[in-house]
Amino acid sequence: MTQVAEKLQPWRATIEQRPRSGPRWLQDLRDRAAARFTALGFPTVRDEEWRFTNVAPIAAAEFKPTGADAAHATESDLAGYLYSDAALRVVVVNGHVVPALSRTSGLPAGVRVGSLALAVTEHTEIVQRYLGQLAEFGSRAFTALNTALAVDGAYVYIPDRVVVEQPIHLLFVTTSSDASGPIMSAARALIVAGERSQARIVETYVGPRGTSYFTNAVTEVIAGEHSILDHYKVQQESFDAYHVASMHVHASRGANVSSHSFSLGGKLVRNDASALLDGEGAECTLNGLYLADGDRLVDNHTAIDHAKAHCPSHEIYKGILGGRARAVFNGKIIVRQDAQKTDAKQTNRALLLSDEAMINTKPQLEIFADDVKCTHGAAIGQLDEDAIFYLRARGLTYFEARDMLIHAFAGDILDRVKIEPLRVALEAELYAQLAKDLAELDAA
Amino acid sequence: MNMLDIRNLQVRAEDKEILKGIDLQVNAGEVHAIMGPNGSGKSTLARALSGHPEYHVTGGEVRFEGRDLLDMDPDERAREGVFMAFQYPVEIAGVNNAYFLKAAVNAKRKHHGQPELDAMEFMQLIKAKSSLLDIDQSMLSRAVNEGFSGGEKKRNEIFQMALLEPKLAILDETDSGLDIDALKLVATGVNAMRGPARAFIVVTHYQRLLDYIVPDYVHVLSGGRIVRSGGKELALELEQKGYGWIETGAQPVGA
Repeated sequence: MTQVAEKLQPWRATIEQRPRSGPRWLQDLRDRAAARFTALGFPTVRDEEWRFTNVAPIAAAEFKPTGADAAHATESDLAGYLYSDAALRVVVVNGHVVPALSRTSGLPAGVRVGSLALAVTEHTEIVQRYLGQLAEFGSRAFTALNTALAVDGAYVYIPDRVVVEQPIHLLFVTTSSDASGPIMSAARALIVAGERSQARIVETYVGPRGTSYFTNAVTEVIAGEHSILDHYKVQQESFDAYHVASMHVHASRGANVSSHSFSLGGKLVRNDASALLDGEGAECTLNGLYLADGDRLVDNHTAIDHAKAHCPSHEIYKGILGGRARAVFNGKIIVRQDAQKTDAKQTNRALLLSDEAMINTKPQLEIFADDVKCTHGAAIGQLDEDAIFYLRARGLTYFEARDMLIHAFAGDILDRVKIEPLRVALEAELYAQLAKDLAELDAA
Repeated sequence: MNMLDIRNLQVRAEDKEILKGIDLQVNAGEVHAIMGPNGSGKSTLARALSGHPEYHVTGGEVRFEGRDLLDMDPDERAREGVFMAFQYPVEIAGVNNAYFLKAAVNAKRKHHGQPELDAMEFMQLIKAKSSLLDIDQSMLSRAVNEGFSGGEKKRNEIFQMALLEPKLAILDETDSGLDIDALKLVATGVNAMRGPARAFIVVTHYQRLLDYIVPDYVHVLSGGRIVRSGGKELALELEQKGYGWIETGAQPVGA
């Protein structure tokens, strides 16, 4: 315990100075989370869930949350991250919603898109029912830290049977450090979709290039019966930033939730995506595409919990690693005793562009029902030499052949993005980064 | 000058000497069939000519239109007009077949200083060339060879040949695994391309394909050497007597 306490020294004051605003139940939630974080401390590589991801640099640095007054950002800071103008958008800077940069007019009746802090007072019943319920922090230090420190965040509420056609864009920005030192952003999102509602939601995480900061994000998604949610998470943090995030999905009977994660930035990135299929016929898709080079690390942990019968789940994660980059993929699929006729598919593939890049990958199937279909496959490796020769035999140069194969590898995930301007923007960013990596590779 | 001039070609694969000195001259307008028992080196010859990285030339020389073919990368050989129809066409996940074909056509055009085809022009080219080989829209919109039947893969190879219009086409056991209808379709595609400026090397184990693609010359490979050369009647003789006759009785040509 003393060891934990020593490690937490830089964080002790931060925890003590946690926000005290809001109603009693919210303060209780923060107090419990703060106590839990203090007891847990940051995970170490001795922790099975963090074996390959050492967060010591986060624990050691004095990242500090900022007040709403320090949440400076301008429209030009956002340029490049707003797809097709993002007519519906909530901009959250250092954990605080900035109304001046957000656009939430023209919403269908009853739909709320905006500040979570505001919703705590104006939409109390819903927020109190769901906030912190899925994102359990009993064993998750970073979730506890976020729950203790989050002041505000993005809130999306879609009433029963309402279809929101415009994509809703949640943009989380962390600004560069001001005088007080490097910044931590406790980014929080709560998304509640009523019965038979439909929406498309994009979460984007960004910060100024070349700066070091820490984004600690927690997203909770409640998908009501027969709702359809199309969710995207785009992580485009600075290459010197730390990003630890967890997303928690609860899908009721007949709900269909698909979430695509794109991890393109960050120095040390950990994404936890978990989905609980808690009603018959609930369906979920968790796909991911990540790119890393240099000394960067991307760790994706996913968990799909089939609690009820007749639930299909689909999962494809793909990574492209260059330089000395490292990646971790851990895909857990749980099939509970009652979850007969489960159909779960998991695929995990990584392309290693250099000899020094590496990935640790682990599928983890826990099956307690007997009439189920579960498949998983992993393929790690270099580009297919036979395919390269085939393309060259048709006149393409080695470089053209290689680029065509890499683009095809990534395109498999990119092509699933249903918001066209988002897909185009992601493609441009991904291919620009790849071009740089490949040019370095060719020069070496 | 011969279009293709192979002198004493020796090729090694996986540390095994497979071709032990091949001499073969091919002129424009000619169709040469290469026959022989399994393991005789037929496919090795085709792959070595196309520049496959696993086939190492250890001796001899190959000139294509007077230039050193062995000095060219596989893609340069292709752009210069050497085409190999693969025995086992490679499946390429995620690369749309039409996109791939357009890239191949334009790589060659660029190499020869011709303007690249735009989408519209390319579709016109596809249309003009696809009916003969019964290439339908679904074969174009799927990933290259992915989920194609054996016959579709081979038709796709010949279709590529039709689009790229090579000077020298090498067919590596294109007939293997084809039923008679697919075989006829492939042969029709090949015959439509025969002409005074183009040469073919047809590698096959069986005489059957040569009923439809009638060769000018037949060469029999055995033990890494050409042991018999003759006209199209040699193929029929082989069909009747089998390869055992060649392997036991024949002396290498010129020996």
